[in-house]
Amino acid sequence: MASTRILRINGEPKPIEVSDDTPLLWVLRDVLGMTGTKFGCGLAQCGACTVHVDGQAVRSCVLPVAGLNGKNITTIEAAAKSEVGARVQRAWLDLEVVQCGYCQSGQIMSATALLEKTPQPSDADIDAAMSGNICRCGTYVRVRQAIKQAASAGKVRS
Amino acid sequence: MNSVADTTPGTVSRRGLLKGAFAGSFVLAFHLPSGAASEPEVAAGKLDGNFVPNAFIRIDRTGTTTLVMPQVEMGQGIYTSIAMILAEELDADFSRVVLRHAPPDEKHYANPTFGVQVTGNSNSIRAFWTPLRSAGASARATLVQAAAARWNVAAGECSTASGHVIHGPSGRKLAYGALAEAAAALAPVKNAPLKEPSRFTLVGKPLKRLDTPGKVNGAAVFGIDTMLPGMKFATVAASPVVGGKVRRVDEQAARKVPGVRKVVVLDDLVACIADHMWAAKKGLEALKTDWDDGPNGQVSTQQMWDELRAASRQEGVLAKSVGDTSKARGMRHEAAYELPLLAHATMEPMNCTARVNADGCEIWIGTQVIARVQQTVAALLRMPAEKVTVHNHLLGGGFGRRLEPDMALTAVRVAQQYPGVPVKVVWTREEDIQQDIYRPMYRDIVSATLVDGRIDSFDYKVCGSSILARWLPPAFQKGIDIDAVDSAVDMPYDLPNLRVAYVRSEPKAVRTGFWRGVGCNNNVFAIECFMDELARKAGKDPVAFRAAMLGGNPRLKAALELAAQKSGWGQPTGKRSGRGVCAQPSFGSFMATVVEAEVDTQGEVKVHRVTCAVDTGIAVNPDTIVAQLEGGLIFGLSAALYGNISVKNGRIEQSNFHDYQVLRMNQVPRIDVHLIRSGEAPGGIGETGTTAAPPALRNAIFAATGVALARLPIDRKLLAAKKA
Repeated sequence: MASTRILRINGEPKPIEVSDDTPLLWVLRDVLGMTGTKFGCGLAQCGACTVHVDGQAVRSCVLPVAGLNGKNITTIEAAAKSEVGARVQRAWLDLEVVQCGYCQSGQIMSATALLEKTPQPSDADIDAAMSGNICRCGTYVRVRQAIKQAASAGKVRS
Repeated sequence: MNSVADTTPGTVSRRGLLKGAFAGSFVLAFHLPSGAASEPEVAAGKLDGNFVPNAFIRIDRTGTTTLVMPQVEMGQGIYTSIAMILAEELDADFSRVVLRHAPPDEKHYANPTFGVQVTGNSNSIRAFWTPLRSAGASARATLVQAAAARWNVAAGECSTASGHVIHGPSGRKLAYGALAEAAAALAPVKNAPLKEPSRFTLVGKPLKRLDTPGKVNGAAVFGIDTMLPGMKFATVAASPVVGGKVRRVDEQAARKVPGVRKVVVLDDLVACIADHMWAAKKGLEALKTDWDDGPNGQVSTQQMWDELRAASRQEGVLAKSVGDTSKARGMRHEAAYELPLLAHATMEPMNCTARVNADGCEIWIGTQVIARVQQTVAALLRMPAEKVTVHNHLLGGGFGRRLEPDMALTAVRVAQQYPGVPVKVVWTREEDIQQDIYRPMYRDIVSATLVDGRIDSFDYKVCGSSILARWLPPAFQKGIDIDAVDSAVDMPYDLPNLRVAYVRSEPKAVRTGFWRGVGCNNNVFAIECFMDELARKAGKDPVAFRAAMLGGNPRLKAALELAAQKSGWGQPTGKRSGRGVCAQPSFGSFMATVVEAEVDTQGEVKVHRVTCAVDTGIAVNPDTIVAQLEGGLIFGLSAALYGNISVKNGRIEQSNFHDYQVLRMNQVPRIDVHLIRSGEAPGGIGETGTTAAPPALRNAIFAATGVALARLPIDRKLLAAKKA
């Protein structure tokens, strides 16, 4: 059943009309043209579709829009607007984490959510938060280093 | 400001096929049409005051320097490396370069090694190193001529830096932009001298990549991100069995799904076109398709192995012969190694956007073979190639999967049913895994003899599919697939007697294609695993055993010794822990890799550490090289630990990342890469880590447990500790 609803995405109201079971991923990409969030598996196996809903990292490919009225949705396009997100992006560029880049929106959103919750994560924290994000190019070594660098930069600041 | 822009139609200029310097193990048995080595082209007129001395460089009046990329960016950093080479010889202001994807144009952008427009085989720098340098140098020299004429001075009194020509004696300066129009009126200088490497200001530095900023903020545009006014979205299901056909389709339920615009039924695939991917996917799922499986409906993996093993009993075609292995002396050891079908599983699933009209077709895609996409689409539509416009994009992983145009042809066949409208056809992950063009199965048989701890004779037979016979027929001559025997015919060891043979055996029910590491994967695996078994038989340390036979390959010997040293080779390891080594000269780079791994009593393998030492000649961007090795090693470890595609009733059994597993963050070892600086010509690096990791890991397991695994993926049951 198609319903009109207003989603709050990156602080802006976006009216959309899709069936209730439509995953947020396809609303973002195909309906709104926000292609920063990526499709990788459709089964919440790869993490490429990671966005934040009320600050929590979620896989948008299995998240029907029906449950999202009134929630704050943040995508990669607005990651830089948060202090943590900006720190993460800076570390990503400093350490040249990226290779093909396709998984990196998801990696950055997962990493940002991790650091919001756990400002000084251990290796075990990083494993737990990031093992849902697959990178076929194998950037994991640098992803881990960049998370630690972003965490350190936050420590210095405070 | 650096940026990567969309393709614009290629600049028209006359140019023969490039023929660049090439160093490396992939030696082509056929001859390219000869053309002068990287002769810069005479520009066709002024072109609106822009200076366009060749196919790679365009400078406008504002000084914006557009560099056209002949090779595609799929994470290997090649856009930045190519830009660095061009900008180096051009003495451009690197902060102002703009990059463009090359259009389909084999006259100007063909890979000099292959004669077609292709990015693959870790060959971009090797193939384009000299042509790009010459192009940059020619452009620079022409700008200097223009400035010298403007100032009425001798060109020899002028120098260049950061996008300016400078007249030393008078201190006068002119920006390239100011000279563009004047330079455009001159014939580009031929045979302009190249810079001495000691004077490089960009090449050799770990400069930040030009494409990465857009990849951390969602701005980068991959093929799958194409968005066009009025675009529709589609997904497809091709026959799950190769050779199968649609028998009957019930479209009723599919047509009722909200958002579905059209159901497409072709002879061998069904598709659903809709307002967005979710509707397309639901529509496709609602289609009730009855497939006629065709001739391959009973094929199984077991049958495929039976057939390959039977084929491997043939003599094969002789690919290399040194001395006479039939006169072998010494203690004999034999083994056979088997490698499975592998999927590519790029993070960006297969996709292509196509708009088909009566008189033309437009394509948006990320592809390693843009001209082949244009040609095959044109052939499909029975149109001249000029009527097919192809826009390339950044690739969300290539790994050889995007060396095929099939996803473009599928998209065109679907979009043809919805003419005049751009249709973005995106494969589900399931379709991506099950309609892959797989890395072939291989069975490699080795038989060697030892005399006084050294190899006296080495008999090697590769059995598997010939990808080149299909992909580049001129490269398949006299029954030899030169990719299938790559790194076998050019083994680095001092071998008095060597025989390499190839048996072509094509599998039923699957299509085979190039996968990162290509033919070197199977040969480096078999040879390096076997080397460890020989070392044990000879009572020698695996590193020392190899080093003693690398007299003819000092670069590889140096890499081996450095890797051993840096990895702590020889130091004690824990119980059921061990180190394994792999030495390989593949892709024109000389690399040794040591893996340190531990096997628990259940047979689970934990990779603790990987150390590699590589001599890759002149490193254009050393950071890129380290990144490619880190990534390539992880790609190879994934394959060794998990990679397996199996067939049952003609169908691929795997479908997504839950059953086609790959390495994740929590499984990644410590990786140390040591670059050996040599002034040699650049080697290839994109695939070098991938071929090295599996044999080094398998050898570590051999050291840890004594189990000589002969097949991949690693079988944990074989590694479980025996009950005492």
